[in-house]
Formats: sequence, C-alpha cells, structure tokens
Amino acid sequence: MSESSESSPTLLEQPLVERVLEQALGRGAGFAEVFAEDTRRSSAVLDDGRIETLSSDHDRGVGIRVVNGESTGFAHTSNLTEGGLLAAARSAADAAGSGSGPARSDTQSDGRAGSGRESTMTIDPADIDKAVKVRLLQQADEAARATGPGTGGAVTQVSATYGDARRRILVANSDGVYATDDQARTRFSVSCVASGDTGLQTGYETIGLSVGFELFDRYDVEELARKAANRALLKLEARPAPAGTLPVVIGPGSGGVLFHEACGHGLEADLVRKGASVFADRVGEQVASPLVSIIDDGTMNEQWGHFAIDDEGQPAASNVLIQDGVLVDYMWDGLRARAEGRPSSGNGRRQSYRHLPMVRMTNTYLAGGDSDPDDIIADVDNGVYVAKLGGGQVNTASGDFVFGMVEAYLIEGGKLTAPLRDGQLIGNGPKALVDIEAVGNDFALGSPGTCGKDGQGVPVGFGVPTLRVKELTVGGTAS
Amino acid sequence: MTPDDLLELARSITSQANDNEQMEVACSHGRSTSVKVYQGEVESFTSAESLGIGIRVLVDGREGFASAGNLSPDVVERVLADARDNARFAEPDEHAGIAEPDGVEAQEVDLWRHGVDAMSSEDKIATALELERRVVAADDRIRGVRTATYGDGTGAFALASTAGIEAATRSSSAQVAVQPLADDGERTRTGFGWDGARQPQDLDMDYVVDRAVSRTVDLIGAVKPQSSTVSLVLDPNLTATAIGLIAGTLSGERVLKQRSPFAERVGERIAADAVTFLDDPTDLESLGSDSHDGEGLACRPVPLVTDGVLQGFFYDSYNGRKADKASTGSAMRGVRGLPGPGVHALHVAPGEGTMEELIAGVDHGVYVFSLDGLHSGVNAVSGDFSVGATGRMIRNGQLAEPINECTLASTLQRMLLDITRVGGEVTHLPNGASTPPLVIGEVALSGANA
Repeated sequence: MSESSESSPTLLEQPLVERVLEQALGRGAGFAEVFAEDTRRSSAVLDDGRIETLSSDHDRGVGIRVVNGESTGFAHTSNLTEGGLLAAARSAADAAGSGSGPARSDTQSDGRAGSGRESTMTIDPADIDKAVKVRLLQQADEAARATGPGTGGAVTQVSATYGDARRRILVANSDGVYATDDQARTRFSVSCVASGDTGLQTGYETIGLSVGFELFDRYDVEELARKAANRALLKLEARPAPAGTLPVVIGPGSGGVLFHEACGHGLEADLVRKGASVFADRVGEQVASPLVSIIDDGTMNEQWGHFAIDDEGQPAASNVLIQDGVLVDYMWDGLRARAEGRPSSGNGRRQSYRHLPMVRMTNTYLAGGDSDPDDIIADVDNGVYVAKLGGGQVNTASGDFVFGMVEAYLIEGGKLTAPLRDGQLIGNGPKALVDIEAVGNDFALGSPGTCGKDGQGVPVGFGVPTLRVKELTVGGTAS
Repeated sequence: MTPDDLLELARSITSQANDNEQMEVACSHGRSTSVKVYQGEVESFTSAESLGIGIRVLVDGREGFASAGNLSPDVVERVLADARDNARFAEPDEHAGIAEPDGVEAQEVDLWRHGVDAMSSEDKIATALELERRVVAADDRIRGVRTATYGDGTGAFALASTAGIEAATRSSSAQVAVQPLADDGERTRTGFGWDGARQPQDLDMDYVVDRAVSRTVDLIGAVKPQSSTVSLVLDPNLTATAIGLIAGTLSGERVLKQRSPFAERVGERIAADAVTFLDDPTDLESLGSDSHDGEGLACRPVPLVTDGVLQGFFYDSYNGRKADKASTGSAMRGVRGLPGPGVHALHVAPGEGTMEELIAGVDHGVYVFSLDGLHSGVNAVSGDFSVGATGRMIRNGQLAEPINECTLASTLQRMLLDITRVGGEVTHLPNGASTPPLVIGEVALSGANA
C-alpha cells in the first residue's frame, strides 16, 4: 500500500493572501507578491545490484517579495500561520525600504486573476505501489548487465534512479495576479560502468517529462538501460579526442545544450541590462547564420521545462528569440519587464519559495532546417561528430562557452570512424551562431536538464536537429 | 532554535523507535541574510529562516529515508511514517545501518562567532556597497560589476540515533563575492573575487578587491593560444579544485562500487614523490574543521597520499563495514539527504618556493585563472580530464599574453604523476581546503591549430 493521494487542498486562503499583500505594501512600495509552494518528491536508487534506499521529501513554504523602485526585499518562511506570514511580509517590506507608492508600474501585468490549473498528469505516482517503482529499477539493472557479451568489455556496474515530484504553487501579487499551478515531473536515469583492457568507461541515459507515472507507458526502461550500457562499452575502444579547431557536427536531440549555452543565457534580460551579455543592444541585428531560428517555449506540453504559469504567475509562452538569424527579443521576468514598460515573456522562474525569481529559460530549441543529416556529415573531410552532449557552461559577458562530449566519433572523409573518449568542446557564442553552416530536417527533443544560474537550479528542455558548426575547439589530447 | 532544542526534538523521535528498528534523526535550524547591490543601490535584500529534518530508519538491513523543510509536529510525524514505509522496499544488506560509537573522542570545535549577530542590516548593505565602490574605483578599465554580494548565516544542527550517538553544534558564516566587468574593444572580460569566514569581521576585503580586479583586467586582450603541450601553474584555489577532484575518486564508496580509477592501488605510487595530501578536519585553522561527521562520529585526520604513495580511502560507517574497515569519520550530509563519504578539509602538504618562483621555473606553460565546465569535463570514473580555461601564457619563466577560448586536457591519473613542483605557501581557503600552489607538467593545451 502506498501513501494515499491527496486531493489538492488550497495552499493559502485568498483573504489571508490579501492581508499579507497589504502588510507587504505597508511601507509604500510599488509591488508585492506572495509565492506559496507545496512540493513532494520521492526517489528510489538501485546501485551495485541492490535497491539501496527509497527517499521522500516534503517542502512547504511561502516567499514574499516587495519591490520598491529597483530594490527588492525578500523574506521566506515555512511557518504558514497568519502570524508567521505577516512577520515575513514585514521583513520583506523593511528590506525593500520606504517607497512613495506605486513606482514604474504603468505597465501592469495583464492580471489573469483567478487563473488556475489542475494537475494534467493521468497517473499520480503517489498512487503507484513502491514495489512497482522498485521493479522498474531492477529491470533496468538486469537489462544493462545483460548487454555487451562479445564486445571485449563487460558492464561491471549499474546504478539506476527513479524520481518524481509534484509541485503545487500559488502566486498572488498587488497587480491583481492570482494564479495556481500543479506541476508533475517524473524521471528515470541509468548510469553504467564498463571495464576492459583500456580501463573504465561510463555511459549515462535519462528520460523525463512533465507528466506522472504514465512516463513509463511511453518509454521502455530496459531500452534506456541498454543504450547507457552500449555507450560505456563503445568508449572502451575509443581513442583520445583530437586537440585543435575542427568542424563539428552535432546530432539531433541533446545538442540543444549548445544553444542553451551559446546564446540562451545571453538573451536573459537581467544579464542584458547589466551589460553582462554579448547580445546587449543587438535586437534587430543579424546575430546568427540565416539558417538559425531559436525559440524558447514554456507551453510545450509535457516537456521538462513546461508549466502553465511561471513562478510569477504569468502564463507560459512561446517566444521567438532569433528568427532566420535576426535577434528578435530577449527573455523577460516581471521585474525587468516592469522596469522597461513591457509585458513579461513568462520566463520568471525560481528553484523554490526560498529563492527570488529571475529570468530563466524553459524549453529552448533550434527549429529544423532542410538538409539531409547524411549530407551534413558527408561534407566533412576531417572533423568530429557528437552524438550526445553532456552539460555545459557559459560566461555570458565574454560569450565563451564549454560543453562535454559523452558520445562522439571522428569524421574522416565524410564518414564516421573511431569513437572518441570524453572531452570538452569550447567556442564563442556569437561566433558559433554565425558559423552554423547546415541545419538538418531531423529535429528531435533532447534529454531533461537542470539549468543552474546564480545558485538556483530549474528544470529545462532542449531540442535540435543535426547541425554543423564550421569550427569549434575540441579539447582532446591527440595532436 | 538552539542546538539543545534540536537535540531534544531528535531524541523525542528516536525514543519512538521499535525494538527491531535502528533510527537516526538529524535536524537543523538556520537564519541567513543576503544583500546584492548594483550601481550603488540595493538590488535585493533577503532574510530567511530555514528548518530541516531527515530521518533514517533501518529494519533487518533495509534502509528508508524521508525529510522535510519544516519541524511542525504533523510534518515530523509524516516524515517518520514515510521513512518507515520506504524502509520496507529497500533490499537488505548485512552492512547497512547507522553509525555505532567507536570510542574516538570528538575535539571541541566551536564554529560559531558572535560577529554575524552583531552586524546590523545597514552595515551589511554598507559592506556590499563598499565592495562594489572599491572594485570600480580600483582600475579605470573596470566599467562596473555584474553583482556585488554580502551574505551571512547562523545555524544549529543536532543528530541523535538509537545507537546512542548524539551531536549538537552551532555555526556561523559570512561571505562576500564580486564579479567585475571590463571591455577591451572585442570582448567583455570578467573576473571573480570572493572570501568566506566564520564572521564578517574576519573577511579579507583587500584580497577580494585585488583578486577580482586583477583577474579581470589581466584578461584584457586575451587571445586564443596555439595548441601545444604545457606546464600548468595552479594557485591555491585551483590546486584545491584539481586535488579535490582527485581526492573525490578516493571515496570508499566509489572504490567498493568499482567507480574509482585508483581501486586496488593502496600501497602503490600513484603520484609524484612531492605529493602528500590528507583530509584533516582537526586542523582548527581550516574553515573545514569540524567536531563531528554527518553520522555523529568524531572527525579525524585521514591520510590519502603520502610522498606519492596511496595510503587508503575515506569511509562512512556503511562503506567502512562493507570494506571490512572502520568509518574514517568522513560522512557528509545535508539534513535532508543521506550521508555519504566526503572530504571535509583537504590539506595538501607544502613544498618549497613562492608562486613567483614557481612561474619563473616554467619554460612553456599557462598560469591558470579559471577552469570552466568541470561538471561536464571531468569523468571521475575513467579519469578523463578536459576543461575550458583562461589564464596567461608563461614563456621562459615570464608571464606573457593572456589567453582564452582554449581547453586543458589530461587524465586525473597522469596529472598526479606529472606534478613537478609543490609550492611552499599554504592558503586556508573559504571552502575548507588548505593548499599551496602547484606545477603540473605535460598537459595538452588545445586552441588554434599550430
């Protein structure tokens, strides 16, 4: 018997929310917001052939934000009594300082008062017997360990993780927003170690969607496990990656992290405003190859970065950032939007009620093009094909970015040849965007990701077709 | 809440354990503030109070865990019920269990200083504003900062278990950080300066300003270098990063699960003779010092590599039992997560020579400013190491042009053997490491084609 599923009780009663907002505005600030959150997570880990631990976590609290001109006061509490909330509201108001009434709020949000969404998941993971989750992990372990006879190596270690989260939020602010959302996310990952004459190698695969337990009606965990195992086995025969500047073909799906790093962060309005982005003051300019159209889309149902409302109560939106190489717009949260007299783009997100919202991506993707993926590879005489990218990092001010190759091959004479050991790719965002020479017609969504910014992690999605960059620096050791 | 209040709460929960249950309860209460300033104004001021509880239950070698961010009685009751329910589904392991008292006496370490509580909100704001002002004034080429921040916190922690282990501690901390911006016509350059201490009065603001500014302006005019094989000069911060990555592979858990490139190599030479490092949380000068580990056992020194020879691995109680050894007091945890083995206070033994002397001894190399993409570029299982870097070239013992948009690659195994020199000056870093500068030879620098 698993824990019982609860119907969705109201996070906070509306009259109480109104009193808290009133208290928060008590010192004359122009904007106040209440963000209430109730999140339950559960996970189960199999490692070293054994179900190690099942864990559950419950987080519940309220963050209160008061904005006075350009100054923000913020306080959060897990004490949800009226006394606790009013005390937090006073702290936030004091921290924001005295104001002279509504400031710079001539563009109010469009105030979809009362908008709310019930959970869209069809199977609540809380209703699933924990033994069923455990069985999925065991199936993945067995499938991974059964992979590889005859390859010269062996899968010697497997870990698999199941995780689900249900996050209910309520956002209310002094501009009239009063909105709720009920967000579900479920994921499953497998990590394998293969061992052979050349040492140890690793392979990792993950799936995740903004859905409930129906994730496993769509994906087969055994197939996922075999993919991870094969990746580790393949790399036992890999040779060191080359060092130097080479043409790079990026495969469909996971290559989306390239655009997340190369330009996504640089198009966040908070960084643009501080001159900490190479894309500042460039709206309307050709910043990328005409083959490049990039969209950030929080409305993509079920994708990892999907939601109904952002963490400031604004509806998710599909925003074109770059169209045919021309920079169309940045991404905006409420704070930057109010300051600039324009609407938010639905990109105000936060890790939890303990954090201030800021401009964040949702699902960021490069739209598909016309090229045949085989031709994109065939045109390369000497280069690298990256089938799977790992994480990345960018310095938005300089535009320099890095990301890891976790499955890659040499391209020699237009054909994929030897697999390569893990290595880093490095490039400069504006240059890489201009250097995109071919975009394939095989668009695919990538694996779920967690994006970190200023110490906050939020779930994000990616997607790209096959594409070729004229040159990137490959961080290998072979000359 | 005081540490004693939390301990009382933890005891009240462990006292509910059934005869066939092992139980461990950890709980915490913290307060923190954070100030961000920008262009002479407060951008945000956050005041926060955080609670946490984590309960581990074991029945017949089956472990369950549950946690919450709240200590109200209804929540605690639910957490205990969840932990018990979770335990029914784990597979049994004869070594699973909470820590047993091992007779090692914990040293008295008070990680709390009164300075955080003595600081007014106005003073906190003034500290952040002063930091921004000094950085901008320090050099004409600095056009501003991305952010300048001041943060501090105080916390209480308690742990109690059915094995009779109890610990209750308090702590305080303060940090400042700043990221300046400078333009050189082609690109914007950024650097980073930060410091951390147990109280704000102990922060070294001169160091933070100087480092942030010099690391920014010294990158002006940076170029993409030609690919070649280089020696790296690492300052104490980056020594802590590099040796910290390697020390991480010496976790007893990683070794037992065949995820360490150094498994089965105890007693062998895995590093250059000049290399000695250990985990030493008993060094009171280290900001990583502590009395108890995450399972309530006494912290103690753990030798890892001595004169280049691997001495052993670090363990928490579960992995210690599994390896037929004892815990080395190395359990680390957040209250809302399970304990696992980790390094509290990395200490790399000094050799000889100042940073200037190390640079002067390098013929062709890179004085490294930053290593980027460590989370995606370092494989702790295979040992493959490939990361982005910025820094300055070294030619014939002299600092030369700044470089960017390049990578440094080797393997963790080779880097240990390729350490050619260890500097003489140990710095106690805010992250708890105590490290000298290092020189590592034979690293592949990848940039423009030669």
